This record gives sequence, C-alpha cells and structure tokens, in this order.
Amino acid sequence: MVKELEEVVDVPVVHVCTVVPISVTVGANRIDPAVAIPHPLGNPQLNQDEEFALRTSIVEKALKALSTDISEQTVF
Amino acid sequence: MASIRVVHYLNQFFGQIGGEDKADITPFSKDGPVGPGTALAKVWGDDMSIVGTVICGDTYFNENLDTATEEVIALVASYKPDLLVAGPAFNAGRYGMACGAVCAAIQEKLKIPVVTGMYEENPGADMYKKDIYIVKTGNSAAQMRTAIPALARLATRLAKGEVMGSPAEEGYLARGIRKNIFHEQRGSARAVEMLLQKLKGEPFTTEYPMPVFDRVSPRPAIKDLSKAKIALVTSGGIVPKGNPDRIESSSASKFGRYDISGINDLTEETFETAHGGYDPVYANKDADRVLPVDVMRKLEREGIIGKLHDVYYATVGNGTSVANSKKYARAIGEELKQEHVDGIILTST
Repeated sequence: MVKELEEVVDVPVVHVCTVVPISVTVGANRIDPAVAIPHPLGNPQLNQDEEFALRTSIVEKALKALSTDISEQTVF
Repeated sequence: MASIRVVHYLNQFFGQIGGEDKADITPFSKDGPVGPGTALAKVWGDDMSIVGTVICGDTYFNENLDTATEEVIALVASYKPDLLVAGPAFNAGRYGMACGAVCAAIQEKLKIPVVTGMYEENPGADMYKKDIYIVKTGNSAAQMRTAIPALARLATRLAKGEVMGSPAEEGYLARGIRKNIFHEQRGSARAVEMLLQKLKGEPFTTEYPMPVFDRVSPRPAIKDLSKAKIALVTSGGIVPKGNPDRIESSSASKFGRYDISGINDLTEETFETAHGGYDPVYANKDADRVLPVDVMRKLEREGIIGKLHDVYYATVGNGTSVANSKKYARAIGEELKQEHVDGIILTST
C-alpha cells in the first residue's frame, strides 16, 4: 500500500510500523519504527500524558521523514 | 538405522496455547509433537521422530527479534536435533517472519538442515527464501492437508542428504541458486524452441527468469510542513464503532473512508478496530494508538502542519493479498490525489 500510494499520489509516504524488516523487504521508502504490533503509536503501561508524549514523538518523527529528502530506503 | 531427530517450531496458535491474546508469550518447549507436528509424524512413521516442539508467540518474536531468536536457538539445541521444521506459516506475516528467522538462525548456528512452508506472498518468504528451503503452500491453514505431505517429503530428503532437484520439481520457493547441468539439447536449439512457442502464444518456461524490481522511487520531501495537508491511512483496521462498512477481520474485501472533520480524539465510544490479526484490546480502548488523530489535531492547532485531511482511509491488513492491497491503495491514492494532499502517514499493526 505504501508504494502504491507514493506512486499514485506522487507525494512522500511514511510507513509507521513495528516490524521494520517487513517494511524494508516490501520496499517502503520512509520508515518510522513504532512501539508494538497491537499498539504501534501507544503504550498502555504509561499514564495518559506519557502515552500522548510518546505518540507525539513518533508522529513528529513521521513528519520529519516526510520533510526529509532521501535517495534510498531510510529508517528514521 | 536410528530415527532422525526433528525439532518443530510453532507459534502460539498452532502450538495450541491460544489466539492473539497469547501472541506475546515467550518461547518454551514441549517434548514430542504438537498440532501440525502430529500430522508430520504420521507421514514420517518410524524414520523420523519429533523429539520436541518449540513454541513462541508471534508478537513476542517479531517485537524482540534478536532475543527471541537466541532463546529459540537454545531451546532447539537442547534436543540435539538432526533437522528443524518450522510452520507451515501459510500467509500469516508475523508467523512467516518467525519461521524464516528461526530456520536461518538454526541453519547457521547448529549447522543442521532446516525447512519451513509458506505462501509465496508471505513477507517471510521474500525475506528468507534465498537462505533456506521454503515449501510453497496455499494461503491459509485450510490447505494444511496438502502442505503437510509436501513439507514432510522435503524434510525427509534434506535429512537424508539427498540431492535436491529444481524448485518446480521439489515444490519449494526458488532460492536463486544456479546449478550446472548437461542438457540433451544445446542452448541455441532450446532458445529457438522457446521463441517458437512464444510466437504461437503457447506456454513456455524460461531458463533465466528476470528479477522483479518492484520498487518505487522516493518522492521529494515536503518543503513547508506548516502549509502541508497530511492524510492518514491505516492497515490496522480502525473504523467507526460498529464497523459500518463491515470490513472483514481478515482477507478484507474492501477499504473504508471515514470523515474525521471536527473529531479531535478517537475514543472507546466512537472508534474500534476491525482487525482480526492482533489483540484488539488496546486499539478498542483508544484507537489513537493505531491512528494518531489526537496528536495530528494538536500539531494542526500548533501550526506544525497545515491541515489534517478531513477523511482517513482504513482497511484490514490480515492475510490480505498483495494484489488486493495494491488495488485498494490505488483507489485511495486517486482520491487523495484529487484532494491535493502533500504527504501521507500510513500506520500498520
């Protein structure tokens, strides 16, 4: 899906995912490593504020990926 | 001859421990065969015996690749096996990655033959088919009946050190290994024959398949995030509560588009996951853990991004074929192109 979206929409796409090797094998260009499979952008063991801060940091990294020029697959 | 000692690797589901709620169990072993292992043992009879089964949760394995691999190696080694069999994993992505990683590591560390089975679209197949023998299977456990004999047969041949034939003859995924053979017909004659078949529109088998480079060139970066419209897409199955489009929990036949204009936070009352391939407890409690609408809204308010696109798209990436994923992404992409989005965040579970 990541590749097809990048091709069709012709804009950068970042893949936020936990199992980075799968994303690399499939061929996503911009990869943002996440926390865990059932909660990629969260951690139920943290309190609400901590969890929101964690999610913010992952999203900010995704935005950094979208605003960074790359010439090959990059794990941010 | 003494029976060949086999260790079998299984995930929590086929290891009969439980479903997604048990996907984070750490590796442990059980003496003798379990589940698909008993079917393998039946085919083998007295020639080969499963002395132990190593079971590990798919989520635990994939989230802790290095430590999980070490733990599994130690458990496998304790049985002093002559051969390792893993799976079959069919089209289960995390299970396929685990089977591939375990096989590759055991082959390297214990220097014994290894074999697993997968559907060819399993990401584990792409990742490990060059290193290990992967028997080609159907895409779901419904094909267990045909997968077991094929896996048992290749395992026997490997254990006995028999000469391995071509992928087509033996039923494993091509490993990219070239073997010199004497052919009764010289190359030029075979090439002309193939050309004639091609001209007549008849089927033929190439002797040198071209590699498929299915890559997309990275698009240039967004210049100014504060003016950019960003869209969210997920394969994690986040849908409005009640799953109005009835997106299937696996092998999804569709995707959904959902309006989030005016929504600042996904709550337990309003959103949930339709995905059947991971423990849904955390996403059902707070779907922002998969689709970060709350954070995107905050960044929108702060002017870090220009705008969060009013619509998000979701499907369930669980046993979904590559062809369907591509089809859904094309349709989603065409809509997003018309809406002039500047960048896309795609989240996966």
